[in-house]
Amino acid sequence: MRIADSPNALARILIAPALIYIGAVIGLPFILSLWFAVSDVTVSSAAGHYVGLENFRSALDDPSFRRALGNTFLFAILSQLIVIVLATTLAVALRKDFRGKWMVRLLILLPWVAPVSLGSIGWLWIFDSIYSLINYALYHWLHVCGPLPGMTPCPVWLGQPRLAMASIITVQVWRTLPLATVINLGGLSSIPQDIHDAASIDGAGFFRTLFQITIPLVLPILLVAVLFGFVFAFTDMIVVWVLTRGGPYDMTQVLASMAFFKGIDGGDLAGASAIALFLFPVLAAAAILLLRLARRAEVV
Amino acid sequence: MNAREASAKVAHRTLIVLFSLFAAFPFAWMLITAFKKTNDLLDPNSFPFGYPRGMTLENLRVLFEETLFLRWIGNTVFVGVVVVIITLLLAVPAGYALARLSGTFGEQLGIGIFLTYLVPPTILFIPLAKVVSTLHLQDTLWSLVLTYPSFTIPFCTWLMMGFFKAIPKDIEEAAMVDGLSRLGAFTKVILPMSVAGILTVVIFTFTLVMQEFVYGLTFINSGRNFTVSVGVPSFLVRGDVYFWGSLMGACFIASVPIAFLYNLFVDRFIAGFTVGAVKG
Repeated sequence: MRIADSPNALARILIAPALIYIGAVIGLPFILSLWFAVSDVTVSSAAGHYVGLENFRSALDDPSFRRALGNTFLFAILSQLIVIVLATTLAVALRKDFRGKWMVRLLILLPWVAPVSLGSIGWLWIFDSIYSLINYALYHWLHVCGPLPGMTPCPVWLGQPRLAMASIITVQVWRTLPLATVINLGGLSSIPQDIHDAASIDGAGFFRTLFQITIPLVLPILLVAVLFGFVFAFTDMIVVWVLTRGGPYDMTQVLASMAFFKGIDGGDLAGASAIALFLFPVLAAAAILLLRLARRAEVV
Repeated sequence: MNAREASAKVAHRTLIVLFSLFAAFPFAWMLITAFKKTNDLLDPNSFPFGYPRGMTLENLRVLFEETLFLRWIGNTVFVGVVVVIITLLLAVPAGYALARLSGTFGEQLGIGIFLTYLVPPTILFIPLAKVVSTLHLQDTLWSLVLTYPSFTIPFCTWLMMGFFKAIPKDIEEAAMVDGLSRLGAFTKVILPMSVAGILTVVIFTFTLVMQEFVYGLTFINSGRNFTVSVGVPSFLVRGDVYFWGSLMGACFIASVPIAFLYNLFVDRFIAGFTVGAVKG
């Protein structure tokens, strides 16, 4: 039998290039980063020396690192909790047919499709310290703050730690909401209409149907959506880089942005690798959860 | 229609409008800002949703004539085209092999490949920076051409696998009875049937390239070699002087048109994300 006819030999040949490429640009760098994390490699040094867990120890001793670690969890978890509520609401609203639905869907998807770095600049302008649109509304329309003597000064959105954190979470919600919504919508439309009909014949109202039928049925898919959103928000550095550069005073730094500033701007590849690797256990856990969910949904 | 139904309808409309505003407002705001005169932009008391001192095209002229914006678009298109070619050459055959030929092992391998999509650039960019400089690709577009397939291949392999699975096996078997080899059946019969799937891969690869930021920021140093998603935020925003008009024009032009194109294909994208999860 010729190779072109032998199913398994052909499969191996067809799949080999993709596997080799992925091994070379994902597997190899990953192993390299494990080595960097236990060495003292810098941008300029040709080779490093083994230093054991020194990089991890010095990272954990650094208060800025501990804050970044906390921020990474805080931003990802809070943003995805908000996304769960908003995406469910929005998906239920979008389930109904109405005029202009395609337009609404297009608008709602924009934040996901547009490059994050550019969308975040839109928010940078909205949160600007002097020309903030929000502050314009607060001053001219609501009269709660303003630049005149005797008035409460308007908030500096990206300059005060708590407000800056809230701003970053808002932008993370904004950009992961579309993905969660459309995945959720796919889940909703896979519920057979009979079930809704049966519920309404039995006299179940809107909220009763929502909480006792719809949400339990879409839960596995909702969790898939949220896990993806969590991974994207957890490993992201773009929003922080554009909005605050980690400031004020490293108060909004996350692991990914910290690794960038240390490794690329500072040249300390070893220390940066150790910081970035703190992301890995959480990613592995998310991957395992995703697999379990996919398997469970298949059984149903 | 009774009062209860009417109020439910109003609530539904309000909800839809609020969500659309939240999602689209930053882009609308970019568009509005792009035509503002500098005097309006620099006056915090000027009415923001209008043009008290008139509209201007000056911001866009500056963007196209005095910045590297067009060059960044050109760079993005170049990297996009080369990465699309690499992705098609590797992901389409791999997706076919996973869909047809390897049994349950193939399915697990497919899931494994998809999971590599979860390994983020923010873990890999530091070792890759060293690799790129060892290969002397620092500050060239080829560093991006080399690294971008790391996220386009896994996702597109997965997409193509789902696509090929939907084509009945009988079709190839009939072609093989007619004298084609299995490889011949793939290239001469299955591929021409898969144009829609291949087009989807092209669009997604291109949007992924357009969105990428971390590798671009890490490997490229000089303004001339940036792609648009890195060039605009790192080069047009520098120091304390913000040319908000040009900046917002750049953001709008580089993000909204591609979104329209993408919207045509989005259902396949979602199907790709939920393959395991919505089977039932």
